[in-house]
Amino acid sequence: MTSPHDETHANPEPAIAVVMASLSLGGRRVLNAIDLECAYGHVTALIGPNGAGKSTLLSLAAGDVRPDTGHVSLAGRRLEDLSVAELAAHRAVMPQDSVLRFAYQVEEVVRMGRALRDLPPARDDTVVTESLRTAEIEHLASRDAMTLSGGEQARTTFARVLAQETSILLLDEPTAALDLRHQERLLRSARALARAGSCVVVVLHDLNLAAAHADRLVLLADGGVEAQGTPWQVLDAGRLTRVYRQPVSVLTHPRRHCPVIVTCDAEGDDAEGLAPSHEADNPMEASFPS
Amino acid sequence: MRLTLPRYLTNTERPHRRRPAAMPLYCGLAGAVVLTLAGAAMTGQVPLTLGQMLAAVAMPFDVDDGQRLAHVVFWELRLPRALMALLVGAALAMSGAALQGLFGNPLADPGIVGVSSGASLGAVTVIVLQLDALGPWTLPLGAFVSAAATTALIYALAMRTRQGGNANLLLIGIAINAIAGAITGYLTYLASTEQLESLLFWSMGSLGNIDWRAVGVITPIVVFAGWLLRRQAAPLDLLALGERQARHAGVDVTHLRRRLVVLTALLTAAAVSFTGTIGFVGLVIPHLIRLLMGPSHRHLLPLSALAGGLLLMLADIGARSLDPPSEIPIGILTATLGGPFFLWLIARGRSMGRHT
Ligand SMILES: Nc1ncnc2c1ncn2[C@@H]1O[C@H](COP(=O)(O)OP(=O)(O)OP(=O)(O)O)[C@@H](O)[C@H]1O
Ligand SMILES: [Mg+2]
Repeated sequence: MTSPHDETHANPEPAIAVVMASLSLGGRRVLNAIDLECAYGHVTALIGPNGAGKSTLLSLAAGDVRPDTGHVSLAGRRLEDLSVAELAAHRAVMPQDSVLRFAYQVEEVVRMGRALRDLPPARDDTVVTESLRTAEIEHLASRDAMTLSGGEQARTTFARVLAQETSILLLDEPTAALDLRHQERLLRSARALARAGSCVVVVLHDLNLAAAHADRLVLLADGGVEAQGTPWQVLDAGRLTRVYRQPVSVLTHPRRHCPVIVTCDAEGDDAEGLAPSHEADNPMEASFPS
Repeated sequence: MRLTLPRYLTNTERPHRRRPAAMPLYCGLAGAVVLTLAGAAMTGQVPLTLGQMLAAVAMPFDVDDGQRLAHVVFWELRLPRALMALLVGAALAMSGAALQGLFGNPLADPGIVGVSSGASLGAVTVIVLQLDALGPWTLPLGAFVSAAATTALIYALAMRTRQGGNANLLLIGIAINAIAGAITGYLTYLASTEQLESLLFWSMGSLGNIDWRAVGVITPIVVFAGWLLRRQAAPLDLLALGERQARHAGVDVTHLRRRLVVLTALLTAAAVSFTGTIGFVGLVIPHLIRLLMGPSHRHLLPLSALAGGLLLMLADIGARSLDPPSEIPIGILTATLGGPFFLWLIARGRSMGRHT
């Protein structure tokens, strides 16, 4: 199991502080009095059902929208005091969908990540090459980025986000389009960045990826924080069954010893019966062939 | 830590075509511009020999009596006219490239989306109402104010109804062109006979009435606006990622948009004020440059300026020499070239980019 290396980072300010933030969109309360702190050195995963407010919370932290009440700080400064350029120096965002309008090459797209950053141009080539390598798209460097497959696009966007070289990374479902290898690789590099002192916040639908790679999980439901803590604390079968309205069982990963969530059938008289909450304390390791 | 190898070692595996170097294209276009400038100065109803032209260039102020005609033709007719074609072509091509970046749509052209007719409306207003507050600058200023307002309106409409894609921008263009055309029509209706004459002459898109004063007015506008526009190259590139992601990467989209609206309006107005509406240069040229050099605005803007100027100088030579002694309006020539090209772009489809 992973444990945050608190001693690696001496920055006392939380990277992201959301204080009592509420937001209504189109007359609906989308976020309700959210209190959340994300520290440098950690990977925080936002999980929760569709429409729970994960993307909205992420765009709140990114500075795309202002909360109706409450406030958000990045690196100890209120978002409204930060200029667009300062924001770009603090945080990079990988959105849920990506757009490209002209036939730029993959390497040019990755380079855009740092085009407006006030960084020494001498390092541009190194960082871009490095980012391409991390996302494993070096072989696509000169390809027309409009002709990429969905996963290749996502990896290009991830490389661009890396090239921005910020200490806060906000990733919205970065693994949704990726194959198994690249899901793991992306989250492993996110974790490596956190170990080096960055703050990574990542929205994930795959609870197993979240359990395996995040230091901390934040479970959102109906615009509020339902639970937060370590994967073992948050991924409680009863809670997940209730929040997701889908019976699940929680097992233990045979190698990583983190929680593994499997869905169950809802047949039988009541869903709760299929997913007794004490399973979280008594993992069914036996069900995994080793 | 990973070993840092020299780039020529790490970059051996490049299965796809890298962008060609830009320098040869800059040199080639600049050379072609100079040659075409000379060609434009020599061809016409009174052909000049190379010797006559060089003599005129060598002695701008004192004239041999035997050289007088050649001297006047070169300095008073041909050179200002060719320079005007160069500047107007550059202005239209750069304005097209910038509009395409702003709208994220390669079909955006000052003529098609209606910026040019907005500029015309302003210019016609100045002519018909006989405004003369700023001397020779009144006409371009009127065109500019009207063009800027039109561009802002088009942008607001296009962003509000973004889902429609290409078709939408074109529909907005049709509507804007119709409205601006209608108001221009009323003004024309109100115009006196002598105003009508200058309106007609001007509305066909012609380089026939160019003097040094006009060149003196348009040169600083095009050079300055072009320079400012070139400084927006990096944010313009980022705008291709969509407004939200551009903002994430550090583009102040609101400011950028305002600057682009002003600069494209300025360039379009400068062109329209002196030569009427000349269509399609802003559509064809940036597209060809993108095919050759890729969409990066660092090269797209200056190369489009050179190629646009070159195209319009060539078109003007054609306009003057296809049916001598009369002149074919240059707007008709560019439309002959640009219209089919426009259709081909629409038919090719893929133009609106990737949305996932
Ligand atoms: N502009 C808007 N107007 C009205 N409602 C909105 C708007 N944007 C988001 N919502 C609503 O807010 C809720 C939260 O949206 P959000 O995108 O944050 O969900 P999410 O947790 O990211 O969901 P998913 O897992 O599907 O990505 C949803 O019910 C959505 O319909
Ligand atoms: Mg979402």
